[in-house]
Amino acid sequence: MSVRRLAANQPESFAFSAKSLEQVKWWIAKFPEGRQQSAVIPLLWLVQKQQGWVSEPAIRVVAETLGMPVIRVYEIATFYTMFMLEPVGSHALVQVCGTTPCMLRGANDLKAICQRRFGDRDHLSADGKVTWQEVECLGACSNAPMAAINDYYYEDLTPETFEQILDEFIAGKPRAPGSVIGRQGSAPEGGSQVLSARSLYDGSAAKALKSIPNAEPTKRGKAKEAAQ
Amino acid sequence: MVGILEDKDRIFTNLYGLHDWGLEGAKQRGAWNGTRLILEQTPEWVCDQVKASGLRGRGGAGFSTGLKWTFMPKTESERPHYLVINADESEPGTCKDREILRNDPHLLIEGALIASYAIRAHACYIYIRGEYVHERERLEAAIRQAYEAKLIGKGNVHGWDFDLFVTHGGGAYICGDETALMESLEGKKGQPRLKPPFPAGAGIYGCPTTINNVESIAVVGTILRRGASWFSGFGRPNNTGTKLMAISGHVNRPCVVEETMSIPLKQLLEEHCGGIRGGWGNLKAVIPGGSSVRMIPAHEAETALMDFDSLSALKSGLGTAAVIVMDQSTDIVRAIARLSYFYKHESCGQCTPCREGTGWMWRVMERMATGEAEMKEIDMLLDVASQIEGHTICGLGDAAAWPIQGLFRHFRHEVEERITNYRAGRPHVQGASLQAAE
Repeated sequence: MSVRRLAANQPESFAFSAKSLEQVKWWIAKFPEGRQQSAVIPLLWLVQKQQGWVSEPAIRVVAETLGMPVIRVYEIATFYTMFMLEPVGSHALVQVCGTTPCMLRGANDLKAICQRRFGDRDHLSADGKVTWQEVECLGACSNAPMAAINDYYYEDLTPETFEQILDEFIAGKPRAPGSVIGRQGSAPEGGSQVLSARSLYDGSAAKALKSIPNAEPTKRGKAKEAAQ
Repeated sequence: MVGILEDKDRIFTNLYGLHDWGLEGAKQRGAWNGTRLILEQTPEWVCDQVKASGLRGRGGAGFSTGLKWTFMPKTESERPHYLVINADESEPGTCKDREILRNDPHLLIEGALIASYAIRAHACYIYIRGEYVHERERLEAAIRQAYEAKLIGKGNVHGWDFDLFVTHGGGAYICGDETALMESLEGKKGQPRLKPPFPAGAGIYGCPTTINNVESIAVVGTILRRGASWFSGFGRPNNTGTKLMAISGHVNRPCVVEETMSIPLKQLLEEHCGGIRGGWGNLKAVIPGGSSVRMIPAHEAETALMDFDSLSALKSGLGTAAVIVMDQSTDIVRAIARLSYFYKHESCGQCTPCREGTGWMWRVMERMATGEAEMKEIDMLLDVASQIEGHTICGLGDAAAWPIQGLFRHFRHEVEERITNYRAGRPHVQGASLQAAE
């Protein structure tokens, strides 16, 4: 378990923006009536997208919106580690995956870079531009090592390319996310060795099926037979 | 040709995102073809076919998917049925569902419709891990396309009213457990529930629920289109079908690839991944099924097959078929200590053996990694591990214990050596306390 507490300095108040409010409605509508509590994680995420982090007044607003006791929302905000409970860097929230598959391919070097450039993890850097964290497996292990920066994945990193990407973020000109060595998704480096048969893509698979294997006669089928 | 599976038999034909992920592209590749014919059959027929195909759950536990569906009540009552798709892929080493979610989302949507029909559900939730922001956006877009084309929704062309919703988590590994996922979906902390009641009796909102992995659902459409015997023709009996395998770690070209079950591990690594870094002789150990299974050393990896039975005979497991490869340069104790940290971090705190035990094991493992531990602590650690295993509500306690057990099963001598070497250079300290035991 990780111990997480709300920040000492909290803003006065929080209100959803008009854009967020639309999203709030959309999320609540996804769940059956009386079950709007289900939308609590998405709503806290909206808060984080609007504010950059989750503040105590925002927790109260979410509780009110969903008709939940404040303590239940507080519980959620502190249980789930994606919610940042302190203000984060203005330019980048860098989340380096440190779990074994990434570690085997050099995540410790990436962590060292962050430590050197931005100081201790989970805190704002001195210039306020960056917060960095070590996070647990982000599920892109075949493209290790990787880091999520402002939510999107940068994969197949080396210390050099990682520093370049960080520089770009700090300069306010980030590149598009994805593999930095140009790999296509999770295909092996140098290109896929499979999925080259043309018949897969020439539309022959789209030719409407007349029947499916092992099918039992259906009502419609029987009616047709009787008509003949 | 590399591997065993031929291109014509691949289910995930856009695995690498080389083609259009959208509805048009997916249809071109065969998705949504004949879905109507499938839904003209009875739900029992669908369950029987999936059972006959031998499909076993792809999320790690390997339970028969068709059989699971039959546990649902046979008639609809005032409590609606739900299908929940577990897209909370967080097992270290596993990155296969991500490829389905972002590159072949329509196979998943189609599978969700068919599976919902089989269990008589009119609503389905896909619970995707919070970090997959791009994947969630892609999936939402694909679902919008399916709604617009009237493939799903109320009054759709298939004649089975069906609503599909995406929701997301907040970065908790534990929510990959089915009952924790349900708690989280209901807007609570992700702490697993006791079973029984099983989800098929009382799942989300107290209603009958079936939870399946993304891959288990996404393959269903193609299985029914091509026939159960086509799917069961791959792999060995009891271990049939094709499977996405994700390879990470010390191979030359890590990748995700679809292969037949029971492919020899060595062939998988040599042909799809360009072999081990520095050649096969440089291999030290493999974790073949995601971090939660026990590792196997190089000599066992030589002959292991990637299926449930072969790997469990080696006291390991297929899990999610996420292969983590470690070569001779690996500090294997440190690698497992890092996994122990992972489990400590992800324990939900509900059951005492896991909450306290995972942290305890991690602290001991850290000292084992430096050699600072004492010899007798090895047995103490294994004893504690066996006391955590099986004594928790969910499987996280087991999952935390197994990597450690695997390490000592095969590399105990290495840890002992490390402890001896550490002591050798230092004068013996009388009564050195056991930090972790405090």
